[in-house]
Amino acid sequence: MNNKPLRPLYTIPYTAWILLFVIAPIALIIYFSFFDLSGNFTFDNYNNFFSSVYLKLTISSFWYAFLITFFTLLFSYPTAYFLTKTKHKQLWLLLIIIPSWINLLLKTYAFIGLFSLYGPINALLETTGIGKQQILFTDFSFVFVSVYIFIPFMILPIFNSLDKLNPALIDASRDLGANSWTTFRRVIWPLTLNGVKSGIQVVFIPALSLFMITRLIAGNKVITLGTAIEQQFLVTQNWGMGSTIAVFLILFMFIIMLITSSKDRGTTINGKIK
Amino acid sequence: MKEIVRGAAVILLVSAILLFINAELNDGGGSAGKDSITVYNWGEYIDPDLLKQFEKETGIRVIYETFDSNEGMMGKIEQGGTSYDISMPSEYMIEMMQEADLLLPLDYNKIPNVKNIDPYFLDLPFDPGNKYSLPYFWGTLGIAFNPTLLDGQTFESWDNLWDPSLKQQVILVDSARETIGMGLNSLGYSLNSTNLDELREATDKLKTLSPNVKAVIGDEVTQLMINGEAAISLTWSGQAADMMYENEDIDYIVPEEGSNLWFDNMVIPRTSTNIEGAHAFINFMLDAEVAAQNADYVGYSTPNLTALDLMDPEVTEDERFYPDEETRGHLEVYRNLGLEMLGQYNELFLEFKMDMK
Repeated sequence: MNNKPLRPLYTIPYTAWILLFVIAPIALIIYFSFFDLSGNFTFDNYNNFFSSVYLKLTISSFWYAFLITFFTLLFSYPTAYFLTKTKHKQLWLLLIIIPSWINLLLKTYAFIGLFSLYGPINALLETTGIGKQQILFTDFSFVFVSVYIFIPFMILPIFNSLDKLNPALIDASRDLGANSWTTFRRVIWPLTLNGVKSGIQVVFIPALSLFMITRLIAGNKVITLGTAIEQQFLVTQNWGMGSTIAVFLILFMFIIMLITSSKDRGTTINGKIK
Repeated sequence: MKEIVRGAAVILLVSAILLFINAELNDGGGSAGKDSITVYNWGEYIDPDLLKQFEKETGIRVIYETFDSNEGMMGKIEQGGTSYDISMPSEYMIEMMQEADLLLPLDYNKIPNVKNIDPYFLDLPFDPGNKYSLPYFWGTLGIAFNPTLLDGQTFESWDNLWDPSLKQQVILVDSARETIGMGLNSLGYSLNSTNLDELREATDKLKTLSPNVKAVIGDEVTQLMINGEAAISLTWSGQAADMMYENEDIDYIVPEEGSNLWFDNMVIPRTSTNIEGAHAFINFMLDAEVAAQNADYVGYSTPNLTALDLMDPEVTEDERFYPDEETRGHLEVYRNLGLEMLGQYNELFLEFKMDMK
């Protein structure tokens, strides 16, 4: 039997999946965002979003997501680079990936113990003469824990693109008289930029809506859009407002996707997001 | 083509099986018959030995599930997947559930032990005549503090928290009504205020507390206080009792300006399929000895007069956990303010949290 006429049939599961689990939920979110508490059609939720509280919230979410993505990239790129140079690179990669299999909440709770006043980090600070510091419930601890959680997701795409890089190109660059910095800047970086972009997508977007860590590690001194959505749905039971914030979150995600997928060279993410 | 048909058949079959199992589980998850009841309670809010004792005495099997917020509990009961026979909402939630027609009236012929309850805790505004609910535990909201970490400083009023010497020391509760309520109380306003000017004033006052706020968190605070990580926290009385049990330095007060008095109550949700068993459970929990043992285990205050006689007088005479009627007069019970107002409280609370740092 010829397979060709059957092709459309094979797309049924995919189409069904997209319709049921992507299109339908987004459509529902948009639908709900137009209703107030008593079920009347309204644009109030959108007006409300542009009030000072939510706008400030959005700006601060972006700022923290930017910080998290920046530090994750700062740490991940060199790590991925050195991984490709090691002998058992697949093993090393596995070792880095494994912690991401552990439940997020569990890891977060571990940090509460590590960062506590009588925890190991403060004990270390004390013996080195720096003295006890309040680490938990600070911006530092929030960014640190988030970066720790996102690192594997950033390393993976960067590692893949570095691994695929043809070593002959680097040799060629050297032969043509480029020093290591120029080789990195003109050859390695542009060719691995796609890995970096997908890494940024995987980190920045979830970082915008982190919510459990904001309470457990930052003591709610950092508030993200995720916190606001959770509160609207679970406490206030204002599904309309919760959906409206979610609509904006989806919108922001699309913008990030557009920025990070553009083919323009030199469109560095760091500049745009800020 | 054949493969696709076969594949589709397999998927349909698996779905059908899953649907069937799901239906079976839903039946089993609730109380399917006379021999079991499903109890839906707050976490850490009952002595597990008592559940065994109840099963032994009545032959009714108890399926036990827990929740961590009134709103989440109501949502699950409303959705009706599981047939809960008993739940323990707080007072304002009883009003909400009643409005949504989620509660069954109690039959007092089946609850003779109701005579054990202190009349002070009966016939309250949230459920006149106790048509739907009977009190399970009660308590207050106040300040837990550790004087050894504060050079012996003590607290009498909410305003003490604003003391400039307490930089980065105070832990608040991640809940709008409690935290905004504290601001309202400190200004002498009602905890149930729906006056937007008063709410605004309370929020502005809370913002001036920011330099002293260490964090705004949930139940994690208990462990932080016990470990001496935190010195001051906005805490419910029973939670304070837990802290004090583990760390003797900790003390608890209800501020003089007033605070919240709350009740958690036993109700029979409309989802119940074993109403007889549910009544037996309520009656069992109101038994003097059972209530005493439970109060001893849980640490909150029992409304059961006869149980108080059986308990350690050191506990029951402790004014911090069993304040006298005069003190209770200063306290206020939350009323259901409606979703609109709750949203208002939460928006202000969000504003306060945004402003911290």
